[in-house]
Amino acid sequence: MKFSFTLNGEAVSVEAPSDMPLLWVLREKLEMTGTKFGCGIAACGACTVHINGAATRTCVMPIAAIEGADVKTIEGVAPTPGEISAVQSAWLEHQVPQCGYCQSGMIMAAEALLDQNPDPSDEDIDSAITNICRCGTYERVRTAIHAAARARREA
Amino acid sequence: MSGETKSSSKVATIARRTFLVSAGVVGGGVALGLALSPNRLKIYRQDVASGDEIILNTWVKLTPDNQLTVIIPHSEMGQGVGTGLAQMLAEEMEVDWETVSIEQAPADDTYINSDLGRGYIVGEGARIPGFVYPMLDFTFLQIAKGLVGQLTGGSTAIRLTGYHGMRRAGAAAREMLMRAAAEEWDVPMNSLRAEASILHHDASNRSANFGSFAAAAAKFTPNLKPALKSPSQYKIVGTPKPRLDLPEKVNGKAQFGMDVIVPGMKYAAIAQAPIFGARAAAVDDPANAAQHIVILENAVVAVADSYWEASNALRQLEITWEGGDPTLTSDALRAQHNAHLEETRHEEIMEKTGKAPEKLQAAETLSVEYAVPYLAHATMEPMNCTASVRDGKCDLWVGHQNPIAARDDAAKALGLEKSDVKIHNTYLGGGFGRRARTDNVVQAARVAAEIGVPVKLIWSREQDMTNDFYRPAVVSRMSGLVENGTISAMSHAYVFADAGMPDSERPFAFQYDVSNQRIARHPFPSPIPVGSWRSVDFTQMGFFNESFIDELAHRAGADPLGFRLAHKSDPRHRAVLERLSDEANWGRPKMPGASQGIAIIDSFETIVGQVAEITVEDDNRVRLHRLTSVVDCGQVINPNAAEAQIHSSVIFALSAVFFGEITLENGEVVQQNFPDYDMIRLRNAPIQDVHFINSGHPPGGLGEPGTPPVAPALTNAIFAAVGTRIRELPLTRAGFRSV
Ligand code: FES
Ligand code: FES
Repeated sequence: MKFSFTLNGEAVSVEAPSDMPLLWVLREKLEMTGTKFGCGIAACGACTVHINGAATRTCVMPIAAIEGADVKTIEGVAPTPGEISAVQSAWLEHQVPQCGYCQSGMIMAAEALLDQNPDPSDEDIDSAITNICRCGTYERVRTAIHAAARARREA
Repeated sequence: MSGETKSSSKVATIARRTFLVSAGVVGGGVALGLALSPNRLKIYRQDVASGDEIILNTWVKLTPDNQLTVIIPHSEMGQGVGTGLAQMLAEEMEVDWETVSIEQAPADDTYINSDLGRGYIVGEGARIPGFVYPMLDFTFLQIAKGLVGQLTGGSTAIRLTGYHGMRRAGAAAREMLMRAAAEEWDVPMNSLRAEASILHHDASNRSANFGSFAAAAAKFTPNLKPALKSPSQYKIVGTPKPRLDLPEKVNGKAQFGMDVIVPGMKYAAIAQAPIFGARAAAVDDPANAAQHIVILENAVVAVADSYWEASNALRQLEITWEGGDPTLTSDALRAQHNAHLEETRHEEIMEKTGKAPEKLQAAETLSVEYAVPYLAHATMEPMNCTASVRDGKCDLWVGHQNPIAARDDAAKALGLEKSDVKIHNTYLGGGFGRRARTDNVVQAARVAAEIGVPVKLIWSREQDMTNDFYRPAVVSRMSGLVENGTISAMSHAYVFADAGMPDSERPFAFQYDVSNQRIARHPFPSPIPVGSWRSVDFTQMGFFNESFIDELAHRAGADPLGFRLAHKSDPRHRAVLERLSDEANWGRPKMPGASQGIAIIDSFETIVGQVAEITVEDDNRVRLHRLTSVVDCGQVINPNAAEAQIHSSVIFALSAVFFGEITLENGEVVQQNFPDYDMIRLRNAPIQDVHFINSGHPPGGLGEPGTPPVAPALTNAIFAAVGTRIRELPLTRAGFRSV
C-alpha cells in the first residue's frame, strides 16, 4: 500500500505493508537511519520521533496510522541545514553522548519536552524523559536539557 | 619564509614517490612486511592513505597542508577512545589540536595489539599490565585468542596502546619532521623547536608547518625510543578536549552496524534455539512468507525485503527444536553450585598465606554465603551484521570489539582465506564485552553466502537478551575472624565459570592486609555461554570482598571506612579512602537522615572508592541520592571523558544491582526485553560526584573500574540504614526496590 505524510517538512509517499512500523519505514524504505531500533516494544525510546509535534515511539506505530501526519526525525531537527538546534548544541557543549546509539531518541524526547515546557524542573524532566541509555549519560542529559532550555528562552 | 614553503604540487609528487619506496619496504604483503621490517613503527598499510596524505608511521598521516590523521586501532563504543589516543599522540608530536582528526584502523594484522606489544615493549622494562605479557609471544595466539587482535576490552586502550604506542609514535613522527627540516635548512636538529604543528629555527627566524616536511620526513625510519615529554610539560593530555566523534552523534549521522545499507541487500531475522544446545531438526513454512529460509544448526533465519517482513515470516515458521537440557533451571544450578563448593577435590588455590584454616576454627569466626546471578549485556544496539559474499570475497559491516577475530571466524566458516574477508568496522552501540564475540558475524556471513545476495541480519531485543554470553552466576563462601579489632584470618571459596579473565589481573584478591588468607576457586563450567561483562570477574569478587569487609567492620564495632584504612598499607589506596572521606562527608551525610555505604576496589590498575548515600522509604524503596567516586587512574588523559566513564560505569552497575538477573526455567532464559530486565533511567539515576586524584602514575584503565564498587557501596548503605545485610543480588531478592 502507498502512504503519504510530511517528513522533516517535505511531502513523501512510500509503498509499505500497512502494519509496518514507522521506525522500519524510515530506516529501510526511506533509508533514514538516524532513528534507532532498541527494543521493538516501546520500552526504550531509541526510536522516538515527533508526530504532529509529540514525541512518539515509532517501533509500535504502524505506518497506516500516520497517513497525512507531520513527522520530524533527528535528521530534521536542525533549524536550517548545516546548523544545529539549541538542544543539539547543548548536547555537544556538555559532551552528552557516549556510544551515541540512544541519543537520537533522547534528543527528540528533549526537543518535544522543551516545545511543551520551556522551563522544565528536574521532576518534569524525570517524568518526560523515560528513554533508556545503556551508557548511563543521564546526568549530562539533565544538565544539557536545562542548558538548552535557557538558550531557547534567551534566543 | 615563503622560500621554505613547498608548493603543494611538488609535495604531491614527492608523496607519490614515497609510496613507491614504502611499497618496496613493506614488500608484497602485510605478513611479509611484518617478517622483514625491523621497525614496528614502519608497519602500515599503504591503502590507509588517500589523496595526498603521507604516512609518517603506523599511526600518523599528515597532508602537505598540515592536516593530521591519527589511525585508531581500537573500536569506539562510547568511551571516546579515539580522542584520548589522539591526545596522547598529538601531545608528543607537538601538534595543533585543531588540525587533528581520527580514523579507524583497518581490521588487519598490521594494526594488531600484539605487534604493538612486541614492537614497543620488549626490552623496555616498562610497567605493563600483567596480562599483556603473553601478547608478546606468538604462542599466546593459540591460548587466548580473545585478548589478541585489535581487541577493545580489558580497559587496555589508553594504558597499553596509548601509553606505550601512541606517545612514542607521536614523538617519533616529530623527530622525523625535525630531521627533515634540519636537512632542508642545514641546521642542527637540536636547534629546532616544534610547537603547534610548526617547526621553528629561532636563530635564523625561519619557520614552516609540519605539512611542508611530511614527504621528506616519511623517508626516515621512525625512532623506536624517541625522547618523551614529562607530564609536567603536557598541554593537550590532561585537558578536556571535546570528543571528535560527538558532532555526528547528535545529528543521526554516526553510522552503527545497524545503519549500514548495501545496495540490493535483503534483511534477515533470526530465531536461535530457545534451549541452549538445541538444534533445528525440522522447519516448515506453511504461510510461505519468507523469500529464503536458512538453517544454521542452532538457528533458523528468514530473509525478506525488510526486517519487518522477515520477522513476520520467521514468526510463521514451524520449527522443531531437538536437544539441549530442558530440565535446567536457576534453582537447580544454584543447588549444583552449593554442592560443588562442598567438594574440595577440584579446587584451585589462588592465594595461601599463613594459617587461615586453623585460625578460622575459632568459634567467633563469621562465615557467610553470597550469590550473584547471570547478567546480560543488553547493549543498546542489538546484535547485527551486514554481509556480502561474492566471487570468493566476503565483506562484513559490523561494530566489533575484536574485528580480527570476526574476520578470522568468518573466513573459517566460509572456507575462505583471511585475506578474502574484509571487516568494515562501524561505531558500536555499546560493547561491554558482548561485541568481542563473533556469533552474529558468522551467522550473517553464512546467510549471505547461502542466498547469494548481501544481507543485513538483525537480532530482535528478545534474541539479544536470550542468546548472550552472560556474566557468570557465582556462589561465594567467605569466612573471617576479627581479633582485637583486626582481621586475623580470612578465607574465600567460590564457584568459577571461566569468563576469560587472565589470573594475572587478580580479581579474586582480598585487597586488604591480612596475614592469614586462603582463597580457592572451584571450577564449574557454566551450562550456558558466559563471557566478559564490563569489569569481568571484578563485578562478582568486588561485591563479595567489599560486602564481607563491611560485615567484619560491623563485627568489630568499627567504622567501615576507618576499618578499611586500618587494613590497607598501599599509599594509593589510603589516599583514595582519605579523599573519599572528605568528598563524601563520611559520617555526615549531605542529605539529612540519609545513610552511607562505602566500597573501594582496585581493578585494571585504577583504584575507585565510592560512597552511596541512600534513604529507604515506604515499601522498601531505596532512593540513591548521591554517589561519590574518588578515582586514582594515574594520569588522566581527558578529564571530561574520564568523568563520563565513571558516570557510565556507575549506572551500568546500578541497573544490575537493582534489577539485573538472568534466570533459567525449562532450559530457557526467562527475561526477554527491558520490562523484565529493567534499567536505571533518569528518574532513578543518582547525582554523581566524581573526583580524580592525580597520583602521577601511568594511566590505568577507566572503562571498567567504576563498576565493581557500586553494588557493595549501595548494599553496605542499606545495611547502615535498616540493618538488612544483602548477600544476594539483585536487591529485589531481598524485597528492596528502586524508587
Ligand atoms: S525501539 Fe521503540 S521504544 Fe525501543
Ligand atoms: S549513549 Fe550509549 S546508549 Fe546512550
